[in-house]
Amino acid sequence: MNHVSSDVVVVGAGPAGIAAACTAARTRQVTIIDDNPAPGGQIWRGYGQASGASGGGDWFSRLRGIAAQRLYSSRVVGLGDSPRTLLVERPDGMMQVCYRDLILATGARELFLPFAGWTLPNVMGPGGLQALVKCGLRVEAKRIVVAGSGPLLLAVAAYLRKHGASIVCVVEQAPFSALSRFGKRLVQYPGKIVEAARLQSKVLGVRYLTGTWVEAASGGGRVESVTLVSHQGRRREDCDYLAIAYGLTPNVELPSLLGCEIHGGKVSVNDRQQTSQPHIYCAGEPTGVGGVDLALVEGQIAGAAVAGDRRTVESLSPQRERWQRFAAFLDEGFALRAELRALAKPDTIVCRCEDVSLERLQRFDSWRAAKLHTRCGMGPCQGRVCGAAVHHLLGWDPESVRPPIFPITVAALAAFGNHSSD
Amino acid sequence: MGKSVVRLTIDGRETAAAQGSTVAAALLNAGLTELRQSVNGEPRGPLCGMGICFECRVSIDGRAHQKSCQVLCADGMVVTTE
Repeated sequence: MNHVSSDVVVVGAGPAGIAAACTAARTRQVTIIDDNPAPGGQIWRGYGQASGASGGGDWFSRLRGIAAQRLYSSRVVGLGDSPRTLLVERPDGMMQVCYRDLILATGARELFLPFAGWTLPNVMGPGGLQALVKCGLRVEAKRIVVAGSGPLLLAVAAYLRKHGASIVCVVEQAPFSALSRFGKRLVQYPGKIVEAARLQSKVLGVRYLTGTWVEAASGGGRVESVTLVSHQGRRREDCDYLAIAYGLTPNVELPSLLGCEIHGGKVSVNDRQQTSQPHIYCAGEPTGVGGVDLALVEGQIAGAAVAGDRRTVESLSPQRERWQRFAAFLDEGFALRAELRALAKPDTIVCRCEDVSLERLQRFDSWRAAKLHTRCGMGPCQGRVCGAAVHHLLGWDPESVRPPIFPITVAALAAFGNHSSD
Repeated sequence: MGKSVVRLTIDGRETAAAQGSTVAAALLNAGLTELRQSVNGEPRGPLCGMGICFECRVSIDGRAHQKSCQVLCADGMVVTTE
């Protein structure tokens, strides 16, 4: 197996990872790893037809300017056979990557809550649908309902509309009162007000339904209509796509596998972004979903910390606090309503990989028992989709992570077996 | 943007896709909304669009279970839904 050594390894080439790599590279030799074909993460998706057109411009040129080793289309699947070594799957085979310091910037994924019909084709995450459009999916004249919760919904609706889609409506579960409280707090963030105003002009005329949520999706072979519910009652809307998710949830599988302390689904870090493992740092969404501004600040702090640049760490600390407050306002404004827990019916599929329904899960009292008997969370996604849903529906916490953290080929597994201590 | 085109085969039919498209986008553009059947035989298509959910997995050039949302289309590529 191929071995490479690097002084600092950054996992994840989204905003946090890019900022970390650029900052650390001032004094140290850096390797950056990402499972996508190009850097940018989900928000600045750096490949597909829209590459370069999605923000992050200055950071991309800075990343191009550093002398880093870049491993794209490369997925960290587990730990290597010696300490401080990652096992990485590349298109051409497996590789071990050795580090002195590690910065984890593994991002977040969308939070999906099961409801009747959510497994139908053309029901996707809003970020997921946007990613597909950025990568060539055509949505001209498609009728799209954008639903769930969070500021991403409007941004996605604006993006899809720009690409010719007909937005049926945007459905936000948070009540108008909570959103207007959140809006008032934006006064402290003038940049965000400008952003919001710009966004608003792009979705002018689109119905924005607050205090409303999707109860069910139906159709034969793909979604054809959705049932919306609010305290005023129910209504049906026809559509070609339903883009729905309830905000984001951090990707903590790798930090967890590496033994980093995780609290409330977030990686615990100190003021230098250092985790409970002294040589491992974490930045961006895994430490708590806070958006791109917080991710950039945390990335720079982590990069400066491994570079031994205490002045930069200290000078960025007020900015970190400012964006952490913003994240707390977001959490409060878009807090998920209790009714969403009742959306999954007994026969609703919770684990899509293994087709496990809610009623089958409810016979057990823990993840472990449910897993053993139903295989819930043991399919290819390894609980990445159903884990957060199960936590929301049943309150179960995920079990400890076991390698490999992504399914890999049998050949790769053979190599892996020789090195895994488990 | 999107001027250059690559040609690939999806389930035996030759299809054109814009350079830079992912296989998942090409599949959906070709009208395939159902990319696989679940354990119980339900139709499934892409969910996360970012390499997490595995719902978009297909065979690409003989390699099974590839996440089509993370693979870029290339000339001569042979894609088979599972």
